Amino acid sequence: MRAKQTVVTGLCMAGLMLAVNAVYAAGQYGPGVTDTEIKIGNTNPYSGSASSYGINGKVHAAYFAMINEKGGINGRKINYITRDDSYSPPKTVEQARQLVEQDKVFLLFAPLGTPPNMAIHDYMNENKVPQLFVATGADQWNDPKHFPWTMMWLPSYGIESHIYANYILKNLPNAKIAVLYQNDDYGKDYLNGLRAGLGDKAAKMIVATQSYETTDPTVDQQVVALQGSGADVLLTAAIPKFAAQTVRKVYDIGWKPTHFLNSVGNSVGLVMKPAGLEKGVGIISATYHKDPTDPQWQNTPEYKEWLAFMNSHGFSGNITDSQAVIGYSYAQTMAEVLRMCGDNLTRENVMKQAASLHNLQLPMLLPGITLNTSADDFDPIKQMQLEKFDGTTWQLFGDVISGSGT
Amino acid sequence: MHQLLQQIFSGLAAGAVYASLALALVMIYRATDLVNFAQGEMAMFSTYIAWTLVNAELPFWAAFVITLAVSFVGGMLIERIVIRPVENAPILTMVVVTIGLLLIFNATAGWLYSYTLQEFPSPFPDRTLFGALMTTRDVGVIAVTLVMLVALFCFFRFTATGLAMRAAAQNPESARLCGVRVGRMLALGWGFAAAIGAVAGIMVAPVLFLDPNMMSGVLLYAFTGALLGGITSPVGAVVGGLIVGVTENLVGTYLIASQLKLTVALILIIIVLVFRPNGLFGTALVRRV
Amino acid sequence: MAETVSVDSTVAMRRGSGTGIAVWRWAGIAALIAVAVVLPSTISNYHVFELTQVMIYAIAVLGLNILTGYNGQISLGHGGFFAAGAYTAAVLMHRYGVPYWATLLPAALVCFALGMLFGVPALRFEGPYLALVTLAMAVAMPQLLKYFDTWTGGQQGIRLAKPMPPPELGLDRDRWLYFFVLVVLLVAIRVAANLLNGRTGRAFVAIRDHPIAAAAMGINTARYKTLAFGASTLFTGVAGALAAIVIGFVAPESFTLFLSLSFLVGSAVGGIATIGGAIVGGFFIEFVPNVANDISDAAPWAIYGLAMLLVMYVMPRGVVGTAGPWLAHAIQQLRSARRAAK
Repeated sequence: MRAKQTVVTGLCMAGLMLAVNAVYAAGQYGPGVTDTEIKIGNTNPYSGSASSYGINGKVHAAYFAMINEKGGINGRKINYITRDDSYSPPKTVEQARQLVEQDKVFLLFAPLGTPPNMAIHDYMNENKVPQLFVATGADQWNDPKHFPWTMMWLPSYGIESHIYANYILKNLPNAKIAVLYQNDDYGKDYLNGLRAGLGDKAAKMIVATQSYETTDPTVDQQVVALQGSGADVLLTAAIPKFAAQTVRKVYDIGWKPTHFLNSVGNSVGLVMKPAGLEKGVGIISATYHKDPTDPQWQNTPEYKEWLAFMNSHGFSGNITDSQAVIGYSYAQTMAEVLRMCGDNLTRENVMKQAASLHNLQLPMLLPGITLNTSADDFDPIKQMQLEKFDGTTWQLFGDVISGSGT
Repeated sequence: MHQLLQQIFSGLAAGAVYASLALALVMIYRATDLVNFAQGEMAMFSTYIAWTLVNAELPFWAAFVITLAVSFVGGMLIERIVIRPVENAPILTMVVVTIGLLLIFNATAGWLYSYTLQEFPSPFPDRTLFGALMTTRDVGVIAVTLVMLVALFCFFRFTATGLAMRAAAQNPESARLCGVRVGRMLALGWGFAAAIGAVAGIMVAPVLFLDPNMMSGVLLYAFTGALLGGITSPVGAVVGGLIVGVTENLVGTYLIASQLKLTVALILIIIVLVFRPNGLFGTALVRRV
Repeated sequence: MAETVSVDSTVAMRRGSGTGIAVWRWAGIAALIAVAVVLPSTISNYHVFELTQVMIYAIAVLGLNILTGYNGQISLGHGGFFAAGAYTAAVLMHRYGVPYWATLLPAALVCFALGMLFGVPALRFEGPYLALVTLAMAVAMPQLLKYFDTWTGGQQGIRLAKPMPPPELGLDRDRWLYFFVLVVLLVAIRVAANLLNGRTGRAFVAIRDHPIAAAAMGINTARYKTLAFGASTLFTGVAGALAAIVIGFVAPESFTLFLSLSFLVGSAVGGIATIGGAIVGGFFIEFVPNVANDISDAAPWAIYGLAMLLVMYVMPRGVVGTAGPWLAHAIQQLRSARRAAK
């Protein structure tokens, strides 16, 4: 009698425990997550002077649509909501609040631009909403101690200019350096990074700086002025349109400095070709991803897969745009992190998984460059490689260099 | 010394870009008494039309002529459809309408052609002249701008239509009484301005590279140049544009860091305007009591 | 000139038909205020935040209305004055620890002084030339802000601590800021109404419509035109300070030329020579771009531009500028019909 009761009790308890486990196993969900859907939000400039970056958001949307067609992530479709902030910080605050409070998104993915992200930095961390893989290279986003909900993705502009600084100190120790930079946080970061990388030699070596606004029609005045300073090294921190003008003008006025061109402005299709391929021979740059217009990648299976994705989602007019490669890689990272969360889709777990990336490879990054994060390190990509333009393609040289940022 | 020459010539090249758009602004002002804020975006849109034609394997000059014709008709249509309904509204209403047009053209170009940079072919070869002081393309822009200037000047001075247009702008009622078809003059004015803008855009695109925001910055400089020269004077527009280009370059190189060059250049120009409130070549507006 | 004098026609009505119209007007205003007070408790935090933005833009546009609507001087540079007010508040709060509510007065004074300074050379210019001079302000401001970066934080901008609501009231931060801005808006409207319905306002309008006649009648046009500038920038500067407080962040990118153009659009859409139009303008600037974004993902600005065109076609004098006289006319028709029926 007693034995039967014990067995029944035991079975009931087992049943109860199974049931409770089943409820837990069904997943813990943060806001914006259901059994069938994960809602993620994004802000991007689709209008205004920064609208050339808007393609990032569009590529994200297309990539997630493609994932959904294949069944989604762990059985859930991604509902990607992106809003236009025109690169205006007050607008970003508004859109981010709408996404978090009205649309009730799970997290904010790759909001673009330094001032926009600065405007929402406090809000996101106060409300414990992930501001994940911000689309800006400023150094300040890697601060998990004070801002545990904000994570970078790009190698910071500081890392890149440190790489140039080290190269200059090693190979051109008596250089006189001129810097052309876009007059905003992005350009200033390069200038400051170069100064930091040169250390106490900076004041002596940097002989001239000129800046431009994105509303300036040309940068000819700046280039000519920099030549007049007598510099023999030039660092250009410019977006494609102005990088192309610079490369062309430097050649046209007969100036032959050792020219370092930042990674944002080194696309073969968007910069080197419009400037004139022969005008860019010898220019040095650094990169972490494959240039879609560079002939050396165009027979690789990764490129072909990317190209197929672009053409089948309406981006045939943008296959020269490096931003499309970057956006694609961003989206792949997000998809991977969501996959790693499994059914435990809470905001805390997303940050935990994002902070546990180990040698993650992405098809359109350079071979040898991987994503790595930890609880103290919120900058997934810290490696770049130097390259030199030979008139047709960027020839990678040296090893993959790891930077430490600030 | 070499640097100074370089900056002056670069300034002239840039100034020619501003001058070409300034001519379109003056055209519209002369014909309709209105500053058209959408002029730059219309020019950009015309350039994209030319680009589409060139990409469709049309020879450059054929694309050029077709684009001009399309822009001319387009300008006239805009006057008829968009501007005509608010003809008698307060000035600010008209300004807002042109701002609306600006946004529509910019956004539509971005939607149709995306914001990715495009190359645009130039009819002129890519060579440097005068010992690297200028390129043939820069000279091309200056030359075409001067040709347009002469054409415009002769049109207003020596043709009957030009006279009728000036009359229609200055005093529509009296002009009507003299038999001038005021409505048609306004539409013609817009059409010509759109065509001039198209030429400006096509000349400028090889130098500045083509994207939907190509003309946004140029409009400000063109506006400044047109006013400096006198908003009613085509010669003034060109001279003003060139002066703005050179001034900005010299200010940015010798006077103050490039971060403030636009501010300082504008201040200098405003100081000039204080002494000549109607611009260098402009005619004073007579107010009848 | 094809324009007619667009003095707020209810003012004319008030004189002629006695208390009838005035009562309606006060009732309407009281109702609006009541709605504004009750609303925050019925809507979400986000919508409260949006409405706060509307009120801030309304104050800015009100400033522009004083200058462009009532005094006829066009300004393409009010975004620059908005920035001046915002940065005054930001620097005071960030560097000197001034409490947020105490930054409004300094911002007002700084922008008033700036406006008066601007007004003096502006006397020389008219029409498109004046537009250029004011445009220079809008363009110069971001450049200056980036250049003097030790004061302004340069490209990085200034991050501000969000104000804490007083605990006794039991309001959360969004609602507290809403009421704070609402009070400032009501004060601004009252001050503007007094200014514009009094001697100064009549001088402004006279100078706008018939400057030579006004001068002939002894109005000191130079003084009033400069005063109009100063008063106008005072309002817009206060709006800028409020914006800095509410958003909690200022950067040069927040104050582009597009902002100046937006104010102009808001002014025209609401009705340039009206006070109520400023509020309509604030709604337009705040909500239409968002609606445009919802309608078209690909080209939101095109929809925004179309909306501008449509409003200008249907109501060339702006919403309040067109609807106001129409409404007053309709009420008068009703009353005379009623009188005739008696």
